Amino acid sequence: MQAAVNMWPLLGVAVIVLGFLLRLHPVLVVVAACFTTGFAAYMPVEALLASLGTAFVKTRNLPMIYLLPLAAIGLLERFGLREHAQAAVARVRSATAGRLLIVYLAVRELSAALGLTSLGGHPNMVRPVVAPMAEGAAEARLAAGGAALGDEQRQRIRAMAAATDNVGLFFGEDIFVAFGAIVLMQTVLRAEGIEVDPLHMALWGIPTAISAFIIHAWRLRRLDRYLARGEA
Amino acid sequence: MIVRVEYFYWLLGILLALVALMSFGDRSNPRRWSTGLFWALYALVYLVGERLPPSMAGLAMIAMALLAGFGGVRSGRPDVLPEDARRASAARLGHRLFVPALVIPAVTMAGATLLKDVRIGELYVLDQKYLTLVSLGCAAMIAVGVACWLTRSTPLQAGREARRLVDAMSWAIVLPHMLAVLGLLFSETGVSKAVAQVTTSYIGLDSKLVAVAVYCVGMALFTIVMGNGFAAFPVMAGGVGVPVLVAKFGGNPSVMAAIGMFSAYCGTLMTPMAANFNIIPAALLDLQDRNAVIKAQVGTALPLLGANIILLYFLL
Repeated sequence: MQAAVNMWPLLGVAVIVLGFLLRLHPVLVVVAACFTTGFAAYMPVEALLASLGTAFVKTRNLPMIYLLPLAAIGLLERFGLREHAQAAVARVRSATAGRLLIVYLAVRELSAALGLTSLGGHPNMVRPVVAPMAEGAAEARLAAGGAALGDEQRQRIRAMAAATDNVGLFFGEDIFVAFGAIVLMQTVLRAEGIEVDPLHMALWGIPTAISAFIIHAWRLRRLDRYLARGEA
Repeated sequence: MIVRVEYFYWLLGILLALVALMSFGDRSNPRRWSTGLFWALYALVYLVGERLPPSMAGLAMIAMALLAGFGGVRSGRPDVLPEDARRASAARLGHRLFVPALVIPAVTMAGATLLKDVRIGELYVLDQKYLTLVSLGCAAMIAVGVACWLTRSTPLQAGREARRLVDAMSWAIVLPHMLAVLGLLFSETGVSKAVAQVTTSYIGLDSKLVAVAVYCVGMALFTIVMGNGFAAFPVMAGGVGVPVLVAKFGGNPSVMAAIGMFSAYCGTLMTPMAANFNIIPAALLDLQDRNAVIKAQVGTALPLLGANIILLYFLL
């Protein structure tokens, strides 16, 4: 019933998994996987290089999202943007790293659900504003009790700040009707002979979007408890 | 089109060429020649990418990978103001420092929504195919202008600061780009077909719970491998979703699609293959552990995947 599928290109997947597990240099792992996949699909070297080159030029738009804002953000950092974000939040007595990130999660998820996906992001919001604010809040809390923020805790806060941006974006944008994923789902189902209303798919995403908020917000509360324990 | 995406490719190419030149001249960088060469090759891809013969562009990519993979890309000593100078300037400029930072999302949003379909005469104002990207490009340039005016700096200083950040993120910048290339190669050589066959032919799908679980977990696993939910969705929806969940168990296709895509996103949270979401932030935030963001996300992704299975089982 199914046509014979060439299974050998799966070796490329194996190379990726193995390479990441062995913690080899990611860029080398990717190139090794490219060659493995290409050879397993019987591509000659010349054709493989041309295929890689075409794809490399075609996907040039991808890194621009995080490269274009760097000049402005870098300049603002030189003149104290991160220090100011920390100091500003330290003045808010009730602020904690977890609470601040819960607010950011809500804003990010809701705005993404309205299609405003560019209102956030790692280079222009998390690095210069959100992460320093979360660190500042945690520092102020601990300083009130005479303790200091440890390096491990600082790293944990930053990682959670980045994670919060991702969770908010992913599980918000998919309930926005005009988002690419909805269009993709509609196209795929149409090819299978099923017509669906984009609005219905967006609505049925809401239970998961709410679950995502609850689960992640709960983890952010736990982050606060972990931070409150202070330096071990 | 008046503002085309190519202009921003050229702008980024010029910036990367600047980074390359500054790297060549940076004696504090122990590998300044190979570092400069790496950024010069990348600049070339942006400046003349579409005019390079494809195999030459492929060779450039391999050369960059080898330079990065064998430790040829390092950073120099960054030139930053001392901390008390930064604090003093933060106190002087206050909340005004947020203004240029907020200009970026605000202008991007305005461009992507208000200037969509807007024409002057026959020409669209913004490149319609890359609307968000072009809006972001304009926003970034306006933000540089406002930031220069606010801090009394020059665009060249902004270029130096961009180089400081590029240097700090180092080769991680090209990882998402190279993974995208691998993703295209995977689809060109039929990897997704092979994976679909393996998942669907060896698992019995007679109970509804098993079928729902296989569908959701398969979405996540496939996304972990490919780094992109958009690659997983057609395969799992076509392999399990439509023939089993909808046809056999009579499920609602909208629910199957919506929760399936969200299960794929749980996979995105757990994979280094989605480098622009998971590896780039680790580099941007100076995290020692490259996988720290993934580790922070697993605790959300796994319970959420479980919630998806339960939701799909009851809502289907």
